[in-house]
Parts: sequence; structure tokens; C-alpha cells
Amino acid sequence: MELLLAVVVGGLYAAGVYLMLRRSILKVIFGLALIGHAANLLIFTAAGLTRGRAPLVPRSGAVSASDIADPLPQAVILTAIVISFGVMAFALVLFRRGWEAAGTDDTDAMRVTES
Amino acid sequence: MKLLLVLPIVVPLGTAALTLVAWSSYRAQRVLPLLGGLALLGSGLALLSSVARHGIQVLQLGNWPAPFGITLVADLFSALMVAVTGVIGAAVAVYSLLAIDAEREQFGYHSLLHALLAAVCGAFLTGDLFNLYVWFEVMLMASFVLLALGGGRPQIEGAMKYVTLNLVASAFFLAAVGILYGAAGSLNMADLAVTLDSSNEPGVTTVVAMLFLVAFGIKAGVFPLFFWLPASYHTPPVVVSALFAGLLTKVGVYALIRVFTLLFVHDVAFTHGIILVVAGLTMVTGVLGAVAQNDFRRILSFHIVSQIGYMVMGLGIFTRLALAGSVFYIVHHIIVKTNLFLVSGVVERLRGTLLLPSLGGLYQSRPLLAGLFLVPALSLAGMPPFSGFFAKLALVHAGFEAERYLIVGVALAVGLLTLVSMMKIWSEAFWKPSPHEAGAAESYPPEALRLMIGPVVALATLTVLIGLGAGPLFNLSLEAADQLLDRNAYVTAVLGSRS
Repeated sequence: MELLLAVVVGGLYAAGVYLMLRRSILKVIFGLALIGHAANLLIFTAAGLTRGRAPLVPRSGAVSASDIADPLPQAVILTAIVISFGVMAFALVLFRRGWEAAGTDDTDAMRVTES
Repeated sequence: MKLLLVLPIVVPLGTAALTLVAWSSYRAQRVLPLLGGLALLGSGLALLSSVARHGIQVLQLGNWPAPFGITLVADLFSALMVAVTGVIGAAVAVYSLLAIDAEREQFGYHSLLHALLAAVCGAFLTGDLFNLYVWFEVMLMASFVLLALGGGRPQIEGAMKYVTLNLVASAFFLAAVGILYGAAGSLNMADLAVTLDSSNEPGVTTVVAMLFLVAFGIKAGVFPLFFWLPASYHTPPVVVSALFAGLLTKVGVYALIRVFTLLFVHDVAFTHGIILVVAGLTMVTGVLGAVAQNDFRRILSFHIVSQIGYMVMGLGIFTRLALAGSVFYIVHHIIVKTNLFLVSGVVERLRGTLLLPSLGGLYQSRPLLAGLFLVPALSLAGMPPFSGFFAKLALVHAGFEAERYLIVGVALAVGLLTLVSMMKIWSEAFWKPSPHEAGAAESYPPEALRLMIGPVVALATLTVLIGLGAGPLFNLSLEAADQLLDRNAYVTAVLGSRS
């Protein structure tokens, strides 16, 4: 399972970077989103996968640490997802304004701040 | 005294919220942020004096014991940074009253400003890596909106570049946090310092260290990751540039210094060697970039990059004196750089442009303003008796002690080039005769600009004071460096004496 997820994470990173290197700003946004997902899955995988167990200590009490899933990475990922949701929404609106202002979606044409 | 640790976060956050609530009242929208800025300054100074007297202060939020909950930690370095943030916050809050147009005020400029200040203080005070990520994101979100607010095409394009590269940095940061948690099983920095010491996989630790170097390096604007900075910092209103120039990159530098003194000291020759090389290249590329520019604010933007090199240089040399030099440099730089941008704002208000060829004659018409420019400009270049001289002196001295002659040579040469480009601004904007008809565009009577000149005078005075009385601040920096190097004290303060 770790191997499969590692390949998925790698694939997401590769696709994200490829999209970000394209000239269209829409693809840049998709690339950013994919890289965000890849980072989240990476946290999930790196922290260790526990199959079929909830991240809750059962009512009966004492258990060994291997019997429950680690809740912290899940909390971390949840927070990261919420943050990236907000940031993505902002970025989408900003890029749409950029497209309106520049009249093009080509990043190569957006150089008024650099010359 | 635990309250002092939350005040620098709660005060600006509360100000932001109250200002939002008072949306409809123009008066409240202007008075509240001003009070908030001054209150932040007060709480920052109170925290600094408390930490200087009683040592490292720790607060476990929600009373969860250390590695499980979120911890706020203020050592001397953090407290110094928070205090300087207060100074800048207050100066910018006053300056904004005149410099920001009513339309931006209406769209929540003041709230965003204080949300940004809260996030910056949060990043300085947190003792937890994931919490640091969250504060970074709060800071980014506020800065995104401030950068893009009310802008035409240049501002939007600058914001797009800024947003994209900062989101990439955040993704790096998040990935590094994930791998570190997988390797060490904790995200509390003090706990990590202990676990990483006994880690038997130095390779993984080094990989994570490099991921953090890239993530914080993008935020700090070091070579070769600084491209977003000169592409965006000159586009928003000047006061926003001033705030960003003073504080945002320095949060990146702070994070670099924090993780590379507390967590990643297992292979100093390798990791800090890389940092030192990066520092040298950052100085050189920044200053050479500035030479080619012809716009007041763009020259200043490139100089931020070059100055970041000096701060990182102290971390790269990694001795007591070098770290003290870095701390001193950051404090000095935040004040001076913000002030230079604020001066450029006054110039823009007077002449309507910041392009050097169309400026001129300001020394004749505004000798006071010219003097106010010279103080931070000479300080930035490291001329005695201003603050920059002592900052550079400490770093150069530390470099000689550690026998790193190459980086010392680079630092001195870059200082000279900095002077050259400050003199370029001086001679173009202030000294040469105005290219227009005499007094053509200066419709402002001096007293109308009082709210903008006031903060500039205050910051310039501070620069002179730090220069003339460098002793006390330098002793504080030395103490801060001692605390940074004494990891056990930090760990004991956070985790108790069990380890």
C-alpha cells in the first residue's frame, strides 16, 4: 500500500510541476492544486498507514499504540485542506482578474512588472 | 505574565475584527487601527522587557502539556522580533492614515494590515512547526489581498507571481513537515530537537533540512529563489511595500534561523556550508540587480534581496558573534528598510512618480526630507555612526574569527556597491536639478504631510539612536545568540526538566 501511494504522490507532483511550467495561467492553477494534494497524501503516507482502525482509543481503555491509527496526521491534513481550499478560491479569482486585465492567459505576455 | 505571550497576537487580531465590525463608521475605521498599532507596540516592548529580565517564557495553550498541544515560546530572539514588529506596525498604522486612499480603506485595508501583523507575531512566537505553517498561511492570505487590493494590471500581475511562488513554497513546507513527522513522530520544535539528536537516520534529517531550506528560502527571498520579490514589491501602494519589505521576508529569515539552530545541527559543515554559499550569492545578485534599475522602489526591492544575504551569512558562519550579528542586522534592517520605502512614498506624493530620470531638485525644495533619506540610506550601506555600521562590523568580525575570508570579502564589496546605488538615488532624486519647471508639481504645503513625515522622523531617530548607543541592543543580540546556541535551555523551558 505504501508503494502504491508513493507512486501516486510522485505522479501527482510530476503532473503538478508539468502543469505549472505551461504558459496558460489556468494550468498553473491546476498545477498548484495538484501539488497541494500531493503534499497532503505525502503526509498521510509518511506518517504511517494503519489499515481498518479508527484514530480513537476504545472505551475499554488501554491499548497498544499499534492498535489505533495516529490521529495527528489526519488533523494536520484536514487543516491543510481547509487552508488550501481558501487559498485556491482566492487564487482563482485573482487569476481571473489577471486574465481580464491582461486580455490573455499567456504567462509570457504578463511582463509589465518586469521591464 | 503568561498573558504577555498572547497579547502580540490577540491585540492586532482583535483590532482587525473590530475594524471589520465598525465597517460603516469612517471614524472608527481610522481610529481603531491607530490605537491597535500603538497597543501592539506597547505589548511587544512589554514582552521584550519581561523576556530580558526573566528568560525564556513559555505558554501551553489550553493547558495541554508540551509535545501534545500548541506551545507559544518567547526567547530573546522572538521577543526582539515581536518588539520590532510593534514599531513597524505603529509607524505604518500612522502613515496609512494619509497614504491610503478612501477606496482601499473602504475595502478593509486596515483590517488586513492588522491581520498581517497578528500572523507575523504568531509566526515569531509559536513553538510548533505545523502551527508555524498555519501562521505563514494567515500571513500569506492577508498579504495576497493587500498586494492585489484595488490594483490595475501591474498590481494584479505582480500579485499573481507572488501568489504562485509563495504557494509553491507552502507546498514544500507542508511536505517537509509531513516527512519530518513520519521520521520523528512529533511537530513540537523542542521535542523534535531531542528526537532528532538521537535519530539514527541522519540522511533523512538532512533531506528534510534541505526541504525547509527551500521552503523558507523562497519566503525569505534568497538566491536563487527570490524572483517573485522584485517582480511584485514595487506594484502596490508604497505603504504596503514598506510593510512587506520590512517584515515578510524577515519572517522567512527568522524561520530559517530558528530551524537551523534548534533542529538541524547534526551536520553543520554540510547544511550551514550550503547556507553560507547561498548567502554570498544572494548578496551579490541582489546588489547587481539593483544597479541596473532606474526606479526608486525597484532599487530598494533588489536591496532587500542583497541584505537578506547578510542576515543569512551570520547563520552560515554559525558562531555566537555571527548569530548575534544576524539578530542585530535583522532588527536594524527592518527599521531602515521600512523607512526608506516610507520616504519613497513621500517622494511619490510630492512628485507623482518614482522614476529617477523624472525626479530631481528635492534637496533644494525639501532639505529636511533629503536629510531623512540620507539617514537610512547611509545606514543601509553601513556607514558609521548609523545602525548598519555596527551590524556589518559584527558580521565581518565574526567572519574573520571563523576564518571565512571569502564571504567577508563579498560582504565588504557588496557594502560598497550598496553605497553606490544609494548615492545614485541621492544624486538623481535629490541632488540634480529638477527636469521640470521650478516647483511645478509640488502643490503640498509641508503641514499636510505631517502624518507621513512623522513616522519617517521617528524611524530615522531610532536608526540614529541604535547607531549612537549600539551597546545595549548589541548585548541583547549577544544574549539572544547565546539562547539560540543553548538548545537545552529552550528544550527544558518547553518540556520541563524531564529530558
